[in-house]
Amino acid sequence: MDFTLFILACPAVGFLLLALAGMRMSHRAAGLTGTLLMAVTTVLSGATAWRFFTAARNADGVLPAQIPFNVEWLPLGGSLHIDMGMLLDPISVMMLVVVSGVSLMVHIYSLGYMKGERGFQRYYAFLSLFTFSMLGLVVAANVFQMYVFWELVGVSSYLLIGFYYTRPEAIAASKKAFIVTRFADLGFLIGILIYGYYVGTFSFSPSQEGLMRGGMMLPWALGLMFIGGAGKSAMFPLHIWLPDAMEGPTPVSALIHAATMVVAGVYQVARLFPLYIGYAPQVLHMVAVVGVVTAFYAATVACVQSDIKRVLAFSTISQIGFMMVALGVCTSVLPHEGGLGYMASMFHLFTHALFKALLFLGAGSIIHAVHSNEMSTMGGLRRYMPVTHITFLVACLAIAGIPGFSGFFSKDEILAACFAYSPVIGWIMTFIAGMTAFYMFRLYYGIFWGRENKALHEAHRPHESPLVMTAPLMILAVLTLAVGWMPFGHFISSDGEAYDIHIDATVASVSVIVALIAIALATWMYARPQQPVADALARRFPALHRAAYRRFYMDEAWLFVTRRIIFRCVSAPLAWWDRRVIDQFMNFMAWSANACAEELQPVQSGKVQSYTLWFLGGIVVLTLVLLAC
Amino acid sequence: MEPEVHVIHYLIIGIVMMACGIYGFFTRKNLLALLISVELMLNAVNINFAVFCRYLFPDALEGHFFSLFGIAIAAAETAVAIAIIINVYRNIGHVQTDDITDLKG
Repeated sequence: MDFTLFILACPAVGFLLLALAGMRMSHRAAGLTGTLLMAVTTVLSGATAWRFFTAARNADGVLPAQIPFNVEWLPLGGSLHIDMGMLLDPISVMMLVVVSGVSLMVHIYSLGYMKGERGFQRYYAFLSLFTFSMLGLVVAANVFQMYVFWELVGVSSYLLIGFYYTRPEAIAASKKAFIVTRFADLGFLIGILIYGYYVGTFSFSPSQEGLMRGGMMLPWALGLMFIGGAGKSAMFPLHIWLPDAMEGPTPVSALIHAATMVVAGVYQVARLFPLYIGYAPQVLHMVAVVGVVTAFYAATVACVQSDIKRVLAFSTISQIGFMMVALGVCTSVLPHEGGLGYMASMFHLFTHALFKALLFLGAGSIIHAVHSNEMSTMGGLRRYMPVTHITFLVACLAIAGIPGFSGFFSKDEILAACFAYSPVIGWIMTFIAGMTAFYMFRLYYGIFWGRENKALHEAHRPHESPLVMTAPLMILAVLTLAVGWMPFGHFISSDGEAYDIHIDATVASVSVIVALIAIALATWMYARPQQPVADALARRFPALHRAAYRRFYMDEAWLFVTRRIIFRCVSAPLAWWDRRVIDQFMNFMAWSANACAEELQPVQSGKVQSYTLWFLGGIVVLTLVLLAC
Repeated sequence: MEPEVHVIHYLIIGIVMMACGIYGFFTRKNLLALLISVELMLNAVNINFAVFCRYLFPDALEGHFFSLFGIAIAAAETAVAIAIIINVYRNIGHVQTDDITDLKG
């Protein structure tokens, strides 16, 4: 048996152990058990990546995909069967490293952040379950297995977001996350069934005649599958669950909303990329449009939020939009002729996972210090929390796309891919990248500079977090500085061959200038204690400001759709039909059976003689019948 | 000429006994009377077996054997029934079927 199987086994064992025996363990023992098992997983993932990427390339210059494990799980008759297995190819190995690495950082960080919380063991059990599901999702060898783990991710995210189950907001948020993503997953499931029915397999790489059979149904199947991906990846208009999901513990946000669950949709599109390119390019371009809209919408909203986790949430939505756009603008599998976006998307997924995890963990450190999410309770924190300040700044520079930091390299590739496809999309995305820099530095100044809430800070002096929390921050900051320089194209590219990343000088200089202008603007508006410009703008356009603050009323729009249209026009008549017709029919059946029983009951008198009388009568009747025949 | 006994006469006796048994079984309330009625019915059947065998198949013995079986089983059944009736009497104090309702479901 290959050691890669233990990558999945470790978190699964961790979950079972902590869920069944966790309550008998001390907090410390439970936390260390979970963290150690996750460390083993991370080491094994690293070893897998090393073995995979140093393996000999085959004749085409492609790294050969490996299937260390595959069993038939559910035969469905004919040639259709559902397998359970592990598929190691460049993107799944990359995701293994990202997921297990970020998860390990979150495990370590939570030792400090969640210290003394009620349900500490339960928290670690859920973290293990979530990591297990996510790892299973990325190594899934077929689309149905992916769906199974996809739903497991949904369940475990529900458990984690609703961790503080005594708080009504957390319960509502967890339900919202589960229902919205589940609703989107319906599309995924239907897509899978169409795919399985017409193509005759659940494999990611079906045979040629299967694809011919699939024919016109393939775009439908892929489009429906993308709805599932859009739900998990919080694409507009299915993004509404993500900002609310910030009710969970902050490390959970780092895990779910930076590196894992929200990129599942991107990963799904990347996984099916050859099919999209070959048979449904129009669907792929629809993905690009959805990505652009999402990125722009989320960036606008992020500019005015006052809850720091909300800003990060919308920033995540916006960045996922970038990844989707990068996939959507691909026009071929050749990286030199329109396939650049695939590599760019995966690269951005990789770098974003690191710096967004860093941002969320940094936000957690800040919240830990001031006990609030609101920016109004912060300001001037740089004096109290130097480590958090520096690491947060590194992440902000990375997401803003300043040269040298990892985000610059990946975002530059995305913008280059966009410009190659359509200059309009290219300019829009460059503008959104500028907005990203603006709102991230608004956030940065709002927390560490700007208006300080002196009264609050004197009453309760903010303190730097313990080493167990700052160590993951420092590790992630170093990684954020380093990973941009790696030759990512050598490992992952749309056709599998090594591809040399080269910075497009025009695109890069434009995006850097835009980012610098945006940062300068943010500095001018938010760095000082007095912020006349920002306040004046908010006063000048109150309607716009309020609309953006309320997220352009998307939640209200959904509530309108669900309450007024779905509940009133669909659910209410169905409920009426159910109660009045089906239930009443059933009640009538029960009542009539009861009434018949009441009538027949005296016959059962217990008097043998009356029984025999009936018996005799029966015999007489039977005899007469037989005689008559 | 002395009157000849025909098969029909035997059958009349059998029918009368059967009818008496059925009537008694439905009308009497005493368990012992019921038992006697059952015996009447059984013996009516035994007579029929013997008569049909004697007149229709004089060389065969099956009918006689069936009669003998019937007598043996009737004896065993009577023994069991009497034992039950005695127990009912000990527990309840009488053997009237109308009033024995303790075992009703």
